[in-house]
Amino acid sequence: MAKVTVTINGERRNVDVPPEMPILWVLRDVLGLTGAKFGCGMALCGSCTVLLDGEAIRSCVKPISSAAGKALVTIEGLSEDGSHPLQVAWRELNVPQCGYCKPGQIMNAAALLARNPSPTDAEIDEAQQANLCRCGTYPRIREAIRMAAGQAAVSRGGGS
Amino acid sequence: MTGVPVPPLAAGLAANAVTRRAFIRTTAAAGGGLMLGVSTAWGDRGDVGPALAEVSSVAPEASFSPNVFVHLHTSGEVEIVVARSEMGQGVRTTLSAVIADEMEADLSRVSVVQAPGDPAFGDQNTGGSQSVRNHFQRLREAGAVARRMLEQAAADEWGVPAQECAGRNHEVRHEPTGRVLGYGDLAEAAGNLAVPEDVALKTPDEFRYIGRPIDGVDNLDMTTGAAVYGADVRLPGMVYAAVARCPVVGGSARSYQPEEALAVPGVIQVVELPAGPTPPGFAALGGVAVVAENTWAAFEGRDALRVDWEYGPNETHNSASYRDELQEAVRAPGRAARSEGDVDAALGAAAQTHSAEYYVPYLGHASMEPPACVASVTAEGCEIWAPVQDPQTARNLAAEMLERPEESVTFHVTLLGGAFGRKSKPDFVLEAVSISQQIGRPVNLTWTREDDLRHDFYHALSVQRIEAALDGSGRATGWLHRTAFPSISATFEANVDRPSDGELGLGCTTVPFDILNLRCEACPAPAHTRIGWLRSVSNIHHGFAVGAFADELAALAGRDPKEYLLELIGPRRVIDIWEEDENAYGADKNTLPYDTGRLSRVVDVVAREAGWGRPLPTGRGLGIAAHYCFVTYVGTVAEVSVTDGALTVHRIDTAVDCGLVVNPDRVRAQLEGAVVFGLSLALHGDITMKDGRVEQRNFHDYPILRIREAPEIHVHIVESDEPPTGVGEPGVPPVAPAVANAVFAATGQRIRELPIDLTAT
Repeated sequence: MAKVTVTINGERRNVDVPPEMPILWVLRDVLGLTGAKFGCGMALCGSCTVLLDGEAIRSCVKPISSAAGKALVTIEGLSEDGSHPLQVAWRELNVPQCGYCKPGQIMNAAALLARNPSPTDAEIDEAQQANLCRCGTYPRIREAIRMAAGQAAVSRGGGS
Repeated sequence: MTGVPVPPLAAGLAANAVTRRAFIRTTAAAGGGLMLGVSTAWGDRGDVGPALAEVSSVAPEASFSPNVFVHLHTSGEVEIVVARSEMGQGVRTTLSAVIADEMEADLSRVSVVQAPGDPAFGDQNTGGSQSVRNHFQRLREAGAVARRMLEQAAADEWGVPAQECAGRNHEVRHEPTGRVLGYGDLAEAAGNLAVPEDVALKTPDEFRYIGRPIDGVDNLDMTTGAAVYGADVRLPGMVYAAVARCPVVGGSARSYQPEEALAVPGVIQVVELPAGPTPPGFAALGGVAVVAENTWAAFEGRDALRVDWEYGPNETHNSASYRDELQEAVRAPGRAARSEGDVDAALGAAAQTHSAEYYVPYLGHASMEPPACVASVTAEGCEIWAPVQDPQTARNLAAEMLERPEESVTFHVTLLGGAFGRKSKPDFVLEAVSISQQIGRPVNLTWTREDDLRHDFYHALSVQRIEAALDGSGRATGWLHRTAFPSISATFEANVDRPSDGELGLGCTTVPFDILNLRCEACPAPAHTRIGWLRSVSNIHHGFAVGAFADELAALAGRDPKEYLLELIGPRRVIDIWEEDENAYGADKNTLPYDTGRLSRVVDVVAREAGWGRPLPTGRGLGIAAHYCFVTYVGTVAEVSVTDGALTVHRIDTAVDCGLVVNPDRVRAQLEGAVVFGLSLALHGDITMKDGRVEQRNFHDYPILRIREAPEIHVHIVESDEPPTGVGEPGVPPVAPAVANAVFAATGQRIRELPIDLTAT
């Protein structure tokens, strides 16, 4: 066991856990922040995505020691009240189906927009390639990121 | 051209007065106000039984089975209890909106409460694409009754005739004078009124929410991390667990050494779970559980555990040789499940015959949320939180395992992080209950992705053979379809050696083609693993084979695939292969007949919208397929290209006729999702078994579609006045054959097995 000091959603926390314990389980099972989800344990699905010093990481494989002295932001800390442009766009376009991948998708997209405020469609796809959605909300994820980036929303496909 | 004339269809949406009110009664509302219980029990189509009809409109009655409650508080807030499981289909949003619409309640003042698993709520088994189609009418009636009672309460207050009072947007207005009273102010008085004998439903032009965009009720929670799924429940004193299970179904732990697991920091205890039965059913598989202070320690402890397994008879199962076995099976006659005319004579007399064999592998569900459950068993009772599609069955089996009365088990249904049929099987719930009982503490059990892929209830591996007789002009005169795959029934019953007629009714015997001589046969395929329902079930492989073979026949006839498909479907008629009044999807075949005209229409619509026949560059192609299932009609066009052997799906158009559309945005979302789901299985899905063990581990070797592969998707909803039908599943089956047919159009290469591999010979 080792004491690790880490800033989580703006708050300094000391956690007393094995240093190799993945960040995801520290968040979920030690600190009770259950927004980040477990989906694969191998950095393959992105459900566990959180921000570490602004960078999107797969918290299921990153040890808590790698966050020592750094700042973590989870979906619970992205905004006070769900008002981040991505969260708003996700609701506006009714993106969620089961919703399970959404914390990871949104945090991943938040890192994208922070470093690239107006991504191209190809850049959106490249970034979100890390995040799986079994319900198949991909077309709306693209559109929501475009919307949050302040780009004109493209119609969700034709329809008669 | 012959065919049964299409009868006039049920006028389900007319503003007809409804006189049967006995299934609605008021109940005592905690905190006052108006509370209505509504029976929408599955299978109960409005004929209220004598016992139910005698129920007083106010007295509590044990035999009454409401599954939705409307509670209007005196504050004006409305709570609607939804008893169906939310797994991404939007059922909490859609069902509550239906009630609110007829009630003229303001949706922004409605909150949705998830019902616990309890037979008091009627049927809660969420599957078969039926939540809207089987509940729509009664929920409307429930809302209309509530509105009528509020109007009556206002009329009484003002001393005016009720006909002069109209409920609109959360208030009742006295039309001649313009006086208004809010719903909250009327709640108490309305709650004291008798349930009216008859009410008028709205006409479609009066709908406020039905047919319009509705915001998802869980959107805020889902975008802020507040949504609670199976593993998100936190209880005082709760510990975490992982289970080591035998890699082969039917095996058990001979012995185990817990020492190394117990040495892992955070591990508290190791307990054995008794071996499951044969056939496996819904039971826990058995194994060894590691209990720890957190999930990670439980995983690490489980990895350190040494278990000596007795593998049992399925250790010899290999999916590759099983495929060969089924291939042999479909080359010999099977048991006929549908037979018309004389296929053998037709094949003998044909100008030309053509046959092809199709293969679809085992498939896993791989919902993003792996199975997870929180259970707390105490001396007094048992409380369970789990993402399940069928909470009553899970609760029953938990009570049975604990040898306690069902009433002692409280079952909370969390949100389901995807399910697709996997979470209708509660084996993981039973594991958690057993662990909690043994350790005397609340436990949070999480399956890893490896657990999920290796201990699934798989979509059946299948081989099919279709042979057709063609006349000189390329018209089909005979159709012989043989299908071999292990039956879902084999998961529950011994000695089941081939698919059931019910499973053939999912896309094989329901072939929509107008062919005089036709036979469908079930061939032997004993099961060696747990087989289960996966989104659209046997329609997946039957839809693939039928859709791909139709395209082969078009090519042989030298015809345009869409025109040939329409000719195969033939003139508008009703197909009736069901002996009972109910079709395979639990719908009344007389009010909702299988109408080939509706199938032809979606073919026409999707072809038009996708620009069928437009010129395309070399290496690009369009493919088309259409399928009927869950009482819904879907036509799909895929546009693909093949460049240097690499397949790209550029665009999918899908047209759906699902009757009246209650929540168009969710219909679109389900169809979009079905396209992605269908592409995952068309391009990637492949569970293989060697020595009884699943060879895949995680998303690197069981890939599902990623965003870059997701094509442009266009959903076309065909307007219809028919009653609403299934939406969650019907979009899946036509995707794979449409893509396969597009590959042929682009390259001339025939695709007869999934996942599509262009390098396969």
